[in-house]
Amino acid sequence: MEIAEIKQNENWTEVIEPRTHFLDLHLKDVWRYRDLLMLFVRRDFVATYKQTILGPVWFFLQPVLTTLTFTLVFGKIAGISTDGLPMVLFYLAGITLWNYFSECLNRTATVLKDNAPIFGKVYFPRLVMPLSIIVSNLVKLAIQFALFLCFWGYFLGTSSVVHPNVLMLLFPLLVIIMGGLGLGFGLVITAMTTKYRDLIFLLTFGVQLLMYATPVIYPLSTIGEKYKIFILANPMTSIIETFRYSFLGTGTFSWMMLGYSFLFMLVVMFFGVIIFNRVERSFMDTV
Amino acid sequence: MSQTNIRVENISKLYRLGEVGTGTLSHDLNRWWAKMRGKEDPFAKVGEVNDRTKKSDSEFVWAVKDISFDVKQGEVIGIIGRNGAGKSTLLKILSKVTQPTTGNIKLKGRIASLLEVGTGFHPELTGRENIFLNGALLGMTKSEIHSKFDAIVDFAGVERYIDTPVKRYSSGMYVRLAFAVAAFLEPEILIVDEVLAVGDTEFQNKCLGRMKDVSVNDGRTVLFVSHNLPSLKAICQRGILLQNGQLVSDGTINDIIEQYSSQHLAEEKMVDCIHYFSENLKIVELRVNGNDRNTFSLEKDELNIYVKMALKIKTPYELDVHFKADDFFVASYSNFVRNDSPTLEPGVYEMNYKIKLPELRSGKYKMDFYFTVPFASWFAILTNSVIVDVINNKVSTFLTHPTLNWGRILLEGDVNTKKID
Repeated sequence: MEIAEIKQNENWTEVIEPRTHFLDLHLKDVWRYRDLLMLFVRRDFVATYKQTILGPVWFFLQPVLTTLTFTLVFGKIAGISTDGLPMVLFYLAGITLWNYFSECLNRTATVLKDNAPIFGKVYFPRLVMPLSIIVSNLVKLAIQFALFLCFWGYFLGTSSVVHPNVLMLLFPLLVIIMGGLGLGFGLVITAMTTKYRDLIFLLTFGVQLLMYATPVIYPLSTIGEKYKIFILANPMTSIIETFRYSFLGTGTFSWMMLGYSFLFMLVVMFFGVIIFNRVERSFMDTV
Repeated sequence: MSQTNIRVENISKLYRLGEVGTGTLSHDLNRWWAKMRGKEDPFAKVGEVNDRTKKSDSEFVWAVKDISFDVKQGEVIGIIGRNGAGKSTLLKILSKVTQPTTGNIKLKGRIASLLEVGTGFHPELTGRENIFLNGALLGMTKSEIHSKFDAIVDFAGVERYIDTPVKRYSSGMYVRLAFAVAAFLEPEILIVDEVLAVGDTEFQNKCLGRMKDVSVNDGRTVLFVSHNLPSLKAICQRGILLQNGQLVSDGTINDIIEQYSSQHLAEEKMVDCIHYFSENLKIVELRVNGNDRNTFSLEKDELNIYVKMALKIKTPYELDVHFKADDFFVASYSNFVRNDSPTLEPGVYEMNYKIKLPELRSGKYKMDFYFTVPFASWFAILTNSVIVDVINNKVSTFLTHPTLNWGRILLEGDVNTKKID
C-alpha cells in the first residue's frame, strides 16, 4: 500500500513551482499549441480588415502609398541618390523589408500589455502569441513581396538598370534574420515594459530613428566614411543591402556583414526568449 | 481507492499593495542585492496576513498563505470564502496564470481553467471561428474541437447564428456559446470560477448538470468557486474554506457551508446597529433564533425573536418587524394591527416573539425592526443592516437564481387533475 502510494506520487505530470530553470522554455508546450498559433494568425487577418471597404487591398496600398511619399519627399524634393535605380523600385525594396521588421518589433514589443486580459484569464505558452505575430507578418510580407516582384519584373523587362544575381536565393535567410531580430528585440522590450512603461514611449521614436540608421531611403554608398561605421553596426543594414544587391544589382554585399547580422540575431533571440520566459510567469502581478 | 491527482503543498503568494511602478526600481535593486548575498527577499518578511479591512503599514500582503490540500480523482471541490479570501488567487496559481511565491503544486493530467467565460472571443469572428479559437485557447487541438463541434453548438443552442459574428449575439447567446466550449473540454482537471453567475436559470441548471456529469461519469476532478451556496451544495461533495488567505477548514460541503455562513455572518451585533430616537428605551439584547449578529441564515419558516430591554417611562409599546427583498416590503409583523398594544410600566423586560413565516424563496432578505409607541412615534429603529440569507431546501434549486422573475413568497396549493379525453 505504502509502496503503491509512493509509486503513484512519482507519476505527476506537472509541477507548479515558484522558480524554474532559466533554460526551461516549454518549447514542447509551444508545439502542442500550434493550432492556437494558426488561429491567432487567422484572427489577425479577419479582424483587421472586417468592415473596411477595400479589405485585403490595403496590404498593397500601404507600401504603394509609402513608396509614393518617399519618392516625392526624399527622391524629388531632397534629391537623395538611389544608385541609378528607378526610385519606385528602390524605395519599394527598402519599405517591403523594413515594414516586416518594424511590424514584428512593434507588435511583439507590446504583446504582454496588449494581451493582458487574455493572459490574466487562461494559461497557454505565452510564446505562442509573439510567434503568431511573426507568422502573420510573414503572410503580409509574402503579399507585399509579390507586389515588389510585379514592379521588379516590369523594370526587368522594360529597362536594363536592374541586374539580379544568384544571391537572390538568400532571400529566405534574410527573412529569418529580420523576423528573429524583430522577435528578439520585441521580447526584451515587452518583458521590460510590464513593470516600467517608459519604454513604450521610446519605442515608436526608436523604431523611426532606426529606420534612418538603415539604408532604406538612401543607398549605403552615399554615406561618408565618418558615419559608415555606425550604419554598418546596425544589423539591419546588411539585410537591406544584400536584398538590393541580389535583386537589383546595386549596393554592397559581404558574407562577413551578413554573418554579423545572423550572429546578432541569435544573441538577441537568446536573450529575448530567456527574459520573456522569466517574466511571463509573473507579469500578471505587475502589468 | 481513487488516486490523488492534485497535491497542493504550502502555497503562498505575496502581493504588493499600493501603486506598482513607483519606486519599484529601488526595490528591485534592493532585492537583487539581497539575492546576490544569498539572503532572503527583504520585502517578503514584512508581508502579513491579508485582512483587507484593517489598515497596516506593510506594503506587502500574503494573498494566500501556506495552503495545502490534496484532491482525489473525480472529486468536486467547492472553494468558499469571502471576497478577498484568496480564492481567485489560488485558482490563478493552479491554472498557471500567475506563479506562487513559495510552495508547489503537483498535478496529474491536463488542467483547464474557466476563470471567465468567453475569454479570447473576438467580436468580429463568427460563432464557428470563435469556437475553434476559444477551444484552442483552452488547450484543445483542432481535431478535438472538430469532433465535438456539433455537441457544442447543440448545447449552446445557437445553431442558426453559428456563422454570424458574435458581436451580433445577445449577451445570453454569447455566454451560452462560451460555456458550451468549456463544457466539452476534456481535461482531467477542470477549474471553474463563478461562471454560473451569468445566463438564465435554465442554462445555469444545464451547466450545473454538465459539471456534475463530468465528474461522476467521466471521473474528472472539478474545482469550483462560487458564492452561490445552493449550487455549491448541489454539485460538490467536499469543501474548502478560506479566510484571509489561509485555509481554515476542509470537510464535507455541508459542514463547510455551515461554518462559512456562521463565520461570514458574524460581523456585528444587532444591538450595536440600533438607531435611537429616545432615551426612554434601551435595547440590551436582541436575538433572532438564538443569533445576535446582523447577518445570519435562516432555514426554518419560523422566527423566534428575543428582546431584552429597559424602559424608563410608562408607555404603550409595540415592536414591528419587516422582511424586505430588493427594498420592497415582502412581509410585516406587528400586534397592534389586530389588538390593542399593551401599556408597559417602567422596568426591565424580556420578550419572546414567535412569528410564523410564509414559504420564501432562497435568497437575501433584509429585516427591519421598529421599536415604537403605536400610532405615535419611534423609540428606536434597526433598518437596512440585518441581512437574512434564507435557504429553502424544500424546493428545486431552479428557484435560487436571484434575478428570476418569481414572487418571493411561494404559495401552497393543490391541483386536481382529471383526464377527460
